[in-house]
Amino acid sequence: MAVRVRIPSPLQKLTNNQSEVTAHGKNVKEIFSDLEVQYPGIKNRLYDESGNLRRFINIYINDEDIRFLKNEESELKDGDSISIIPAIAGGGCVILHRRTDLQI
Amino acid sequence: MSFFTEEQIYRYSRHIILPEVGGKGQKKLMEARVLLLGAGGLGSPAAIYLAAAGIGTIGIIDFDIVDMSNLQRQILHGVNDIGRLKAESAHDTIKSLNPDVKVELYKERLTSENIISIFKGYDIVVDGCDNFPTRYLVNDACIMTDKTNVHGSIFRFDGQVTVFKPKEGPCYRCLYPEPPPAGLVPSCQEAGVLGVLPGIIGTLQAVEVIKLILGIGKPLIGRLLLYNSLDTDFRQVKLRRDINCPVCGDNPTIKGLINYEEFCGVGRH
Ligand SMILES: [Zn+2]
Repeated sequence: MAVRVRIPSPLQKLTNNQSEVTAHGKNVKEIFSDLEVQYPGIKNRLYDESGNLRRFINIYINDEDIRFLKNEESELKDGDSISIIPAIAGGGCVILHRRTDLQI
Repeated sequence: MSFFTEEQIYRYSRHIILPEVGGKGQKKLMEARVLLLGAGGLGSPAAIYLAAAGIGTIGIIDFDIVDMSNLQRQILHGVNDIGRLKAESAHDTIKSLNPDVKVELYKERLTSENIISIFKGYDIVVDGCDNFPTRYLVNDACIMTDKTNVHGSIFRFDGQVTVFKPKEGPCYRCLYPEPPPAGLVPSCQEAGVLGVLPGIIGTLQAVEVIKLILGIGKPLIGRLLLYNSLDTDFRQVKLRRDINCPVCGDNPTIKGLINYEEFCGVGRH
């Protein structure tokens, strides 16, 4: 299954500055494994040390939050679009960056 | 005897002529009480448009001082305001635009101690604050005082807007049960933000406030609007109430305000 994955700006450094990439898999878990093969390091940003998706990042298939589907087991159809949406706090703050990424 | 002066009928004529607003709607706006959390990037455009629309009372809570680096986006303030309290500068800008508006200032930090009594005096809260502890504090206080929270946030080139209305839709904790660990959160100064971005997001917040007061259209409840300025992309995703949410779920475990700095793993700074 080929799906489009929207990459939030804090992670675009890992995807060669692309805001949208294509990945293959029949469910969300497989898509993220495929992403990790294509863009090493990305999984680390999405999962915590115990291997759970970080709770300040939400994953949507089209416009549905996977927590209200079958989480990472949520199945995909050709042409679906996945969005990775982190919590942002700003008047201008965010997450998913490491402080070192921001040093100029 | 008319509710409006002749000058007001003229000032608000482009509203009054809209069947969806009319004199009745304009009166609702003039009787409304809206609280802005912050007179910064998001609060600036929201305050200006809400004042222009004739919102009766605008509360502003901000203890910060205007700095030159704010002027890239915080359009309530000008060069002559540098060094002044943002709340006072905001007051003057609003009054010069529309003297009808009553402006109530809180020149203090929002805390677990003062938030409930401040929120009680308003109909709608506009959240444009800039850190996670305050976001969770505001969320929980809105649930506890039954206030609608018009939420906006920005980061670099991205913005998010939604409306959290207790009992009718999800809350911030349903969306993000936990804040990111403090080490992953750069400050606004470190990350940067496109100056126009809060203009878009804060203005969208103002639109939602006005719709809620007038009771027209479809408020942004249960939907998160995402804007990316680089791709010129507006999208929406669905938000659902989490029945296990610790504040608005079926069996809430958080029934009073907690220590939010600790919850977000940050010390006071
Ligand atoms: Zn909730």
